[in-house]
Amino acid sequence: MITLAHFLTLGAVLFCIAVAGIFINRKNVITLLMAIELMLLAVNTNFIAFSRFLGDASGQVFVFFILTVAAAESAIGLAILVVLFRNRATINVTEIDELKG
Amino acid sequence: MSFELICFYAFAAITAVAALAVVSVRNPVHAALCLVLTFFSTACTWLLADAEFLAIALVLVYVGAVMVLFLFVVMMLDLDLDPLREGFVRALPVGVLVAAAMLVEMLALIGVRTMHLEPTPDPAAAAGLSNTAWLADALFSRFVLPFEVAALILTVAIVAAIPLTLRHRVGTKTQNPARQVEVTPGERVRLVKMAPAVPGTPPESTP
Repeated sequence: MITLAHFLTLGAVLFCIAVAGIFINRKNVITLLMAIELMLLAVNTNFIAFSRFLGDASGQVFVFFILTVAAAESAIGLAILVVLFRNRATINVTEIDELKG
Repeated sequence: MSFELICFYAFAAITAVAALAVVSVRNPVHAALCLVLTFFSTACTWLLADAEFLAIALVLVYVGAVMVLFLFVVMMLDLDLDPLREGFVRALPVGVLVAAAMLVEMLALIGVRTMHLEPTPDPAAAAGLSNTAWLADALFSRFVLPFEVAALILTVAIVAAIPLTLRHRVGTKTQNPARQVEVTPGERVRLVKMAPAVPGTPPESTP
């Protein structure tokens, strides 16, 4: 049988892959956004597993809200990215340093 | 080893491999497509956890809308990939080290408490409901205010995203809806007084 530990391990593996992705793709904003989506997916997997094994619907309702907020976040993030590329012709994080003191 | 467990291992392996590909492939388009595969196989594992509604919602909302948006943006931007990849090899050991340390810590934490947790029957089936009805019971009773707030957040996101990317170009001919709405009949129709024409007489020749 699938136990809670199986799902939590899958979530942990996904989250760690996403953390590694943020470390090794520090220059590329698009890959950073994708790594954030992976992290949210890992958290959602944990929520669903706990909801299933504790028999509480709140976990699945929370996943619903996380999906909503994540969709809004990626829409605004990509809009900012498009404006950034239009103004600077780059999405390289190291070249976006106008706010550096 | 039950059939369910074999399916879970297969989906989990596909998820992990696709997630690794997302963070390591060179081309952002390929990364986005790998992310689609990650979402899809994760939805399959959610199905194994009896969360049918959210699995379908993940495929519809994420694979159907958000990832298409990602692909759209990635293909629209004309990216120069080489500068974005520099530092990849240098940061690789640090990233792998941090991720491995986190993974070991989390697995230790998971293993202590949950390895011997007995699987319970599906709570929705125990209540005599489908998963969607079970979720809706909670969503539209205890969580109805957060549900409305979520709708508000989506509206705010639209209102934020559209003006961000809206661009007024000089020299293009576009309609101005505000100006169209506030127009009065006097600006559009002009009544001209004309002398009545008598039948039978030839019309006056106008120069």
